[in-house]
Amino acid sequence: MNDTIDTATDTVLAAEELTRQVNSPEGSLTIVDHVSLRIREGESVAIVGASGAGKSTLLALLAGLDSPTSGRVILAGQDLTRLDEDGRARLRAERVGFVFQSFHLVPALTALENVMLPLELAGRRDAREGALQALERVGLRDRVGHYPRQLSGGEQQRVALARAFVTRPAVLFADEPTGNLDTVTGARVTQLLFDMNTSARTTIVLVTHDRELASRCERVLVMEGGRLA
Amino acid sequence: MRALQLAMRMLGREWRSGELGILLLALTVAVAALTGVGFLANRISQAVDMQATEVLAADLRLESPSPLSDDYLAEARRQGLRTASVTTVLSVVFRDEVSQLSNIRAASDGYPLRGKVMVASEPFGIGQPVDGGPPAGEAWPDSRLVAALGAKLGDRLSIGAGSFRITRVLMARPDQGGTFADLAPSILINDADLAATQLLGPGSRARFAQLFAGGRDGVGAFKAWLESSRQRSERLLDVSDASPQIKNALDRAGSFLSLASLVAVLLCSIAVAMAARRYVQRHLDSVALLKTLGATRGLTLAVSLLQLLVVAIGAALLGSVIGFATHEWLLRALKELLQAQLPPADLAPVGLGFLAAIAVLGGFALPPLLQLSRVPAIRVLRRDVGPPPPLVWLAFGPAVIAVVLLIWWVTRDLKIFAGFVVGLAAFIALLSFAGVLLVRAASALRGTVGVSWRYGIANLSRRRGESVIQIVAFGLGIMVLLMLAVVRNDLLMDWRRSLPPDLPNVFFINIPPADRDPFVDFLQDSGARTSRVLPMIRARLTQLNGEAVDQIEFASPRGEDFAQREQNITWQDDLGDDNRVIAGRWWSVEDRGKALVSVSTEVQEALGLQIGDRLTFDVAGEPYEAAVASVRKVKWDSFQPNFFLVFAPGLLDDTVGTWMTSAFFERQEGRTIAELVRRFPSVSVFDLDELLTQVRSMIDKAVLAVQSVFLFTLLAGLVVLLAAVQATRDERRYESAMLRTLGASRATVTRGVLAEFAMLGLLSGLLAAAGASVAGWLLARFVLGIEYGFDPRVWLLGLVGGATLVAVAGWAATRSVLRQPPITTLRAG
Ligand SMILES: Nc1ncnc2c1ncn2[C@@H]1O[C@H](COP(=O)(O)OP(=O)(O)OP(=O)(O)O)[C@@H](O)[C@H]1O
Ligand SMILES: [Mg+2]
Repeated sequence: MNDTIDTATDTVLAAEELTRQVNSPEGSLTIVDHVSLRIREGESVAIVGASGAGKSTLLALLAGLDSPTSGRVILAGQDLTRLDEDGRARLRAERVGFVFQSFHLVPALTALENVMLPLELAGRRDAREGALQALERVGLRDRVGHYPRQLSGGEQQRVALARAFVTRPAVLFADEPTGNLDTVTGARVTQLLFDMNTSARTTIVLVTHDRELASRCERVLVMEGGRLA
Repeated sequence: MRALQLAMRMLGREWRSGELGILLLALTVAVAALTGVGFLANRISQAVDMQATEVLAADLRLESPSPLSDDYLAEARRQGLRTASVTTVLSVVFRDEVSQLSNIRAASDGYPLRGKVMVASEPFGIGQPVDGGPPAGEAWPDSRLVAALGAKLGDRLSIGAGSFRITRVLMARPDQGGTFADLAPSILINDADLAATQLLGPGSRARFAQLFAGGRDGVGAFKAWLESSRQRSERLLDVSDASPQIKNALDRAGSFLSLASLVAVLLCSIAVAMAARRYVQRHLDSVALLKTLGATRGLTLAVSLLQLLVVAIGAALLGSVIGFATHEWLLRALKELLQAQLPPADLAPVGLGFLAAIAVLGGFALPPLLQLSRVPAIRVLRRDVGPPPPLVWLAFGPAVIAVVLLIWWVTRDLKIFAGFVVGLAAFIALLSFAGVLLVRAASALRGTVGVSWRYGIANLSRRRGESVIQIVAFGLGIMVLLMLAVVRNDLLMDWRRSLPPDLPNVFFINIPPADRDPFVDFLQDSGARTSRVLPMIRARLTQLNGEAVDQIEFASPRGEDFAQREQNITWQDDLGDDNRVIAGRWWSVEDRGKALVSVSTEVQEALGLQIGDRLTFDVAGEPYEAAVASVRKVKWDSFQPNFFLVFAPGLLDDTVGTWMTSAFFERQEGRTIAELVRRFPSVSVFDLDELLTQVRSMIDKAVLAVQSVFLFTLLAGLVVLLAAVQATRDERRYESAMLRTLGASRATVTRGVLAEFAMLGLLSGLLAAAGASVAGWLLARFVLGIEYGFDPRVWLLGLVGGATLVAVAGWAATRSVLRQPPITTLRAG
């Protein structure tokens, strides 16, 4: 399938010469600059760096939320650049989970319904049971019928975690998952994240400013001006 | 299949959370307005039609100078229609030695099929309706005949070989019409007695009529059959041939109703577009998130479309029910006014309501939804990323198509359609352009005003695109309301003015020249209000531009008719305020005695005349040639003496045959008229009171319809306002929280919001007043055919009303947002 990247069985995510440019009024701007990396199954990787370094953009490229200007991403054995938008969406439905800084729950849906969503999108029949279990694991069994606005920030993030893990994804992407939480709540969310990493052997790629969180990852990548240092 | 299941499940949740409510509301109001107007217009126009058919005493009427085949009647009955026949013979009626030339009308049982015969127990009395006509052996002479014969109820009359007893005085027949073709008085007898009179022989002057009535479809089908089966000499009449006064009122009411309902539809479309925009705005995040979680574009689209479809169906059902209930309620509340039995509701408006709901949604909500499905997943990480800009034709194409289809469906008239479409397009373009300029101009004020206004204006120019859209939408809405108010007033005043209660209701013709002055004196002494007195001369058109008219092929049957029939002509100094010269010029003092003729628009159209064409008339054996000097638009509903053909004074002075005039009599003065008939036996009296009552009641109905449609349009306008304000609600919620967090007091924020909306309303009002003035003039002049009185109040109302209305509505809709403590908002964000 490809020549330069070793897709040995334990590589779940690889990037090759990944570049993202945007056109701004001041001319073309390179946000992600020839980034190559390889992440093993079950590995936890933190991407850190100054604000504006391009961390979120890199994450979006790795997850197939955005398309690179040049370079390739291989996710779970598939070349994302060869898939169209819908193809990438399908791949995400099956293999990828997300947690964001600002929780991103569907405000119209209850906690349970939010967690059921990815299961339904992946066409699972047991969406309800799966979602209940996931919520149980994040300790929100008794809040299933609540809407996001009825939950605190930490609770919302735990719902988001449950939603990210409910499909048992191969890779979990997280963009500053504790960014909006206080230290104690943040630690609780962090704990949950790594519990799941161990129990389900889920690969975790997270962007963070949180030293504590970064230090718990097996590998830390530092970004500077769009490049990996 | 999975997509469908998921979409349905998602729909349930979306629904419970109330997100689709606003779209449903906008659409429901649209459908309700649409079907309400449809039902109302439909039923009232049917009622008016029904009343108009009374003028024929039937829905369809076939007339001929020779006997009509019974096959027509048989076929009509076979097709389920009701039938009747009337035979009219000119003959002499005797009471002992006194005799009077009269029109003997022999009506079959069942006559009249539409309307009622009015009778009284003394001549010129107050008429009472009766069912049917006289039974065999009885005769109902009209007031003139009774007066002329000096007869009373119970007297015996002989007609031909038959003998009859007077049992009633005929006051009015539904089909007596408003023309003076019948110089002789009338007497109504039963068809069964006609043979016994032996009047119908060779050489008798008879006219035959067959009458048909039934359901609309049945009549339509039979009419088509009759068109193809009848002889050429047989004349077929239906509602559209009913007397010109009624047709005028009908046409105007029809134009206005369609335009008003069209406006309601368009306003609702704007509301739907706004609601859809808001729906899209609110769902950008959700769709991006769905995509992030693995939903394909098709799936997100399917979800939106399905939700839309369910909303459409729900709104169509709900709207139809509300529309139906509203129109029923309106009709019930106004039952007193609508004396006539209303036909049952036609369900057609429901189907059209559904179609329109789909069309409006497809045109105005589909494009933004398609856009919504294109929002990229990356939005979950970068909030500022929205869907790519739409292709222009995709964004506006469906809306344009939907609007054009709707306009066509409502107008169904190429001229009005074209006028409306072109006008609307030009108007929207102009409005948008003006909107951009105004927003720019307003931004320039920013530095010169206080903080609240600065905040308001800054908001306007920051959301420049949205501001322009809102200004155009509000502008259009306010303009339409202004225009409706203006034109509606003009229209109502025009109608009321055209039929004031003291309109002449009795016509006198055949006044001998010698009797003219004593007659007019008598009228004035009796206290009746008189109108102008005009000479009346019988003439026959012989040549047109030197060519004999029997050699000319006229395009219209009316022209043919006109060339063959003897005409009444007159001469006249003054134009009169019920006549308007639309081509050529009216004569002055110098034209006295010149061979000039002024023709009415009807003659001009029938004969295809142009100014300067030469017409030759045979007046009592003498040829007169005259050049067409002017074309007049005659307001026949002034009920003043009016003629198709008017000659310049001086030319025909010596040929004068008789004179005519009209006057208004109170109904109690029947005695005076009877006295008049005795004193001036050669004068023919025509009592039009019954006809006038008919026309008045029809106009009342039309006015009622117009006013109720106006209500719907007003409602639609308010929905637009609501939708527009709602569209920015979320944004405002956030902004207000931010500002207050930064230390602004609630009052400051409120003033800012008020300032913004007031500015928006002011700009819209400015555009609306300008637009309403122009459009109102166009509408009055070209569609409704009435005078447009410029009204400066439009500007005042537009500016002050627009600013106030929008500011208050905006404030009311954002009030709850501004009230919330900032923390609620920021937490929810
Ligand atoms: N579509 C775009 N157009 C213009 N500039 C962009 C675009 N996307 C990203 N950028 C710019 O690229 C730079 C990197 O953005 P990115 O969001 O990846 O930074 P980040 O490392 O995640 O920063 P933070 O830690 O603040 O979240 C920023 O300066 C951002 O403004
Ligand atoms: Mg970032």
